[in-house]
Amino acid sequence: MGAAVFFGCAGIAFGPALALFLLTVAAEPLRVIVLVAGAFFWLVSLLLASLIWFVSVHLSDREDAKLQYSLLIFGAAVSVLLQEAFRKADEGLATISEDGRSPISLRQMAYVSGLSFGIISGVFSVINILADSIGPGIVGIHGDSPYYFITSAFLTMALVLLHTFWGVIFFDACERRRYWCLGLVVASHLLTSGLTFLNPWYEASLVPIFILTLLTGLWAFLTAGGSFRNVLKCLSCKGGAGREGRATEGVTAATRGLFR
Amino acid sequence: MITFMNNSDSEEEPCNERTSLMSAESPPVPSYQDGLQASEAGEAQAHRKRRTGSSRSPNNTADGDMSDLGVPVRESALENEEEEVTLKYGAKHVIMLFVPVTLCMIVVVATIKSVRFYTEKNGQLIYTPFSEDTPSVGQRLLNSVLNTIIMISVIVVMTVFLVLLYKYRCYKFIHGWLILSSLMLLFLFTYIYLGEVLKTYNVAMDYPTLFLVIWNFGAVGMICIHWKGPLQLQQAYLIMISALMALVFIKYLPEWSAWVILGAISIYDLMAVLCPKGPLRMLVETAQERNEPIFPALIYSSAMIWTVGMAKPDTAAGGPSHQTWDAAEEGRENHSSPSHADSGMLETRSPVPTRPITSFEEEERGVKLGLGDFIFYSVLVGKAAATASGDWNTTLACFVAILIGLCLTLLLLAVFKKALPALPISITFGLVFYFSTDNLVRPFMDTLAFHQLYI
Repeated sequence: MGAAVFFGCAGIAFGPALALFLLTVAAEPLRVIVLVAGAFFWLVSLLLASLIWFVSVHLSDREDAKLQYSLLIFGAAVSVLLQEAFRKADEGLATISEDGRSPISLRQMAYVSGLSFGIISGVFSVINILADSIGPGIVGIHGDSPYYFITSAFLTMALVLLHTFWGVIFFDACERRRYWCLGLVVASHLLTSGLTFLNPWYEASLVPIFILTLLTGLWAFLTAGGSFRNVLKCLSCKGGAGREGRATEGVTAATRGLFR
Repeated sequence: MITFMNNSDSEEEPCNERTSLMSAESPPVPSYQDGLQASEAGEAQAHRKRRTGSSRSPNNTADGDMSDLGVPVRESALENEEEEVTLKYGAKHVIMLFVPVTLCMIVVVATIKSVRFYTEKNGQLIYTPFSEDTPSVGQRLLNSVLNTIIMISVIVVMTVFLVLLYKYRCYKFIHGWLILSSLMLLFLFTYIYLGEVLKTYNVAMDYPTLFLVIWNFGAVGMICIHWKGPLQLQQAYLIMISALMALVFIKYLPEWSAWVILGAISIYDLMAVLCPKGPLRMLVETAQERNEPIFPALIYSSAMIWTVGMAKPDTAAGGPSHQTWDAAEEGRENHSSPSHADSGMLETRSPVPTRPITSFEEEERGVKLGLGDFIFYSVLVGKAAATASGDWNTTLACFVAILIGLCLTLLLLAVFKKALPALPISITFGLVFYFSTDNLVRPFMDTLAFHQLYI
């Protein structure tokens, strides 16, 4: 059971991230560097949030469980806000270094930055859980949900994708100065984090989060310049004469929005 | 010596994509015009092939012709291309170091997490004689500081000794020393490592097989490192040696001493490489004066110069091991001094000027990083993996911190174009992230995971 759960959950949680990384980021050194830099920014934001939480816990009454829980909620909210603040800082850095002359466009940096936030956030959330899933144990023996591992894996996958989409939308919103978009991104992040508070009640937390992921994905696709026509073009390259030419054309058209 | 001059022309005029990570050993750039003209082709190797073999004056006349055409537009277009190539080239160099550093860390962390032997306490090196098993915190701190002082002094003495040997051209002694130390690493330490891994996984291996495996591994390693071998095999051996040495340090350095030593050695590195009278700086300068590659034995090089028309590739690029000097101590006590001698050395490869380079050279300029840097990065991450209460977040945070430090150091290298210490920034970030993640982030993430909350 141990190894199977480990590999299954790891695959669920990091499958999309790994695929995206291998197909789009690994080949280009500059993108890898942007990825690591994004991860660093996220880590710094987490550090500051943990510091705030830690200080607040130590200044409060340790015995009061309700207070500790609300401090945790407060800590989570602060963490979300700090993550978005550091995403803005990352965007600032990207804008400064992208002066029209670099081989990586702002759009690509937006995507890679979002992916980096997603990967590091997912890893930090789930890696200890995955490590525990190998070892001997019984899930939920004290009355908690027995589906802990698999739901954690799905939540992580959703989070990775969400961060990627938020990155694209965020950078675009900053570029076009659409502050309501920014606000919406922050709000949806807070909403996602808030939904996880409903957690053993997985219908109420997982399903809305996945719906949110789909909607955000669609929004990011539209922001990046994708459209229904592009998708059709990409799909129409299956079958018919001149397949290869059309295939490249279709794929180019569909991905042109993102990888201009 | 026309080929040499041409060579310096050719290596300088694509200066914008090549020497941005070169050390200052290369002669100064002849003219910016050359660079413009070169990058116009947009292809580094294409223009290198064009340029080599041509002398300087045709270039200048060509430049004269060029300057009459629509220069402003062209210049900005050329500038853009240059910038782009520079950035891409610089990024490629960063990745060329990210990969081996990551591999070394992966080996160390995988071993630490699976083989119990390297986390068990079985005594200490004689370089850290003070025990940390003391009742009071103050005493423990004092002992660790004393251990650090002793360790750093030993390192300083060994480095100075090495620099003196180099200065007075005692090459045979140095080579003998390096061969002895790589012998020990490749045979003895590998034997111990293999033994422990087999014990962990409860795999039986008979002595003849063991002998065969170790003999082949060690012999091929010695050949690859000290003589000639495929570049990637050399690099693999260097990574394995660094990992083995790091594991020894992780096992034998007591807890607090290890952290204080890491801090102290990055300060030492900073001073040794940047101060005018620092031993490492003197080493670099002496090697530059003599136009010799700096201690190929202790440096990981990401690329080699291949020349057509030459019998062998430039083996100076290969580098073996890491120095261990085990004069009178017992088997397991080792000291890595010239590795520390080169621990600061983050330098780029310059072509060995004594070799004539023909027009078909394929110069793959690489970046060099001292093996001591690999070792100390791995010690930091390995210690984080060993002592952070089973937490993977700390290990990952240290890993990201070290990579970012390396990235920043390489950026500085591109700006300053001379040998820079690779330890300070990475180790500082690593230490900050270790302590803060272990003490602040871990409880936060654990509490969140307990309630299955995601941020």
